[in-house]
Amino acid sequence: MPHDSRPKFLNLLAIRQPIGAVTSILHRLTGVLLFLLLPVAAWLLELSLRDPAGYARAAAWLEGTAGRAALLLLAWIVFHHLFAGIRFLLLDLDLGMELTAARRMAWVATLAAPLAALLFVGGVL
Amino acid sequence: MSRQAHGLRAWLLQRFTAAYIALYILVTGVWFLWQPLHSHAQWQAWLAAPLPNLATALFIVTLLIHAWVGVRDVIMDYARHTGLRVSLMALVAVVLGGCGLWSLRVVFAVVGQ
Repeated sequence: MPHDSRPKFLNLLAIRQPIGAVTSILHRLTGVLLFLLLPVAAWLLELSLRDPAGYARAAAWLEGTAGRAALLLLAWIVFHHLFAGIRFLLLDLDLGMELTAARRMAWVATLAAPLAALLFVGGVL
Repeated sequence: MSRQAHGLRAWLLQRFTAAYIALYILVTGVWFLWQPLHSHAQWQAWLAAPLPNLATALFIVTLLIHAWVGVRDVIMDYARHTGLRVSLMALVAVVLGGCGLWSLRVVFAVVGQ
C-alpha cells in the first residue's frame, strides 16, 4: 500500500458538512425512522378503529405529555422527509442547481420542517 | 429488462409514490385541521366513506412501495456482505408485508361495520 502515510480524517463530527449534505443525510435518517415506526402506526390505526374504548385509549395517549412530544417529533420527521424530498424532486427538474440557490433551498427545507411541525401540532391539539 | 432499466423503474416508482403520499398527507392533514375528529364513530364513518377508504388503501400500498425502495437503497449502500444484505432485505420485506396486510385489512373491515 503506497498511501499508508496519508492522513485519515473520517471523524464525521469534525467534518463541517455543507447544508445540502446535512439536509440530504437527514432525509435518509428520517426515512429509516419512518420505516421503523410503521408497525406503531399500523397498531395505532387498528387500536383507534377497534371500538370506542380503543379510540379513547389512542386519543388519551396522543393528548398526554409524552404523546404530544412524540407527535411533535413525528411531525418534524415527516415534514423534514417531505420538504427534503420536494427538494430532491426540484433538483431532478434541474431547479435550484446553482450553488447559492441550492444552499438556500436546503436551508429552507431544513428550517421549515420544525416550524411546520410546531404549527401542525399546535393546530391539532 | 436490463439492470439500468430496473434502476430507472425504482427511481420513477419512488417519485410517483412520493407525489401521491405527499398529496394524501397534505389533503388529509388540512381536512382534519379544518374538521377535527371528536369520536370513534366520526373516525369510522370518515374512513368507511368510499373516497377516503380507497384513497387510504392506495396510500398504504404506495407507502409500502416507497418504503421498500428507500430502505432497499439504504441496505444496498451500507450492508456490503451478501448474506447480511439478503437477510436484512428479507426482514424488511416481512415487516412491510405484515404492516401492509394488517393495515389494509383494518381499512377494508371498516366498510362493513
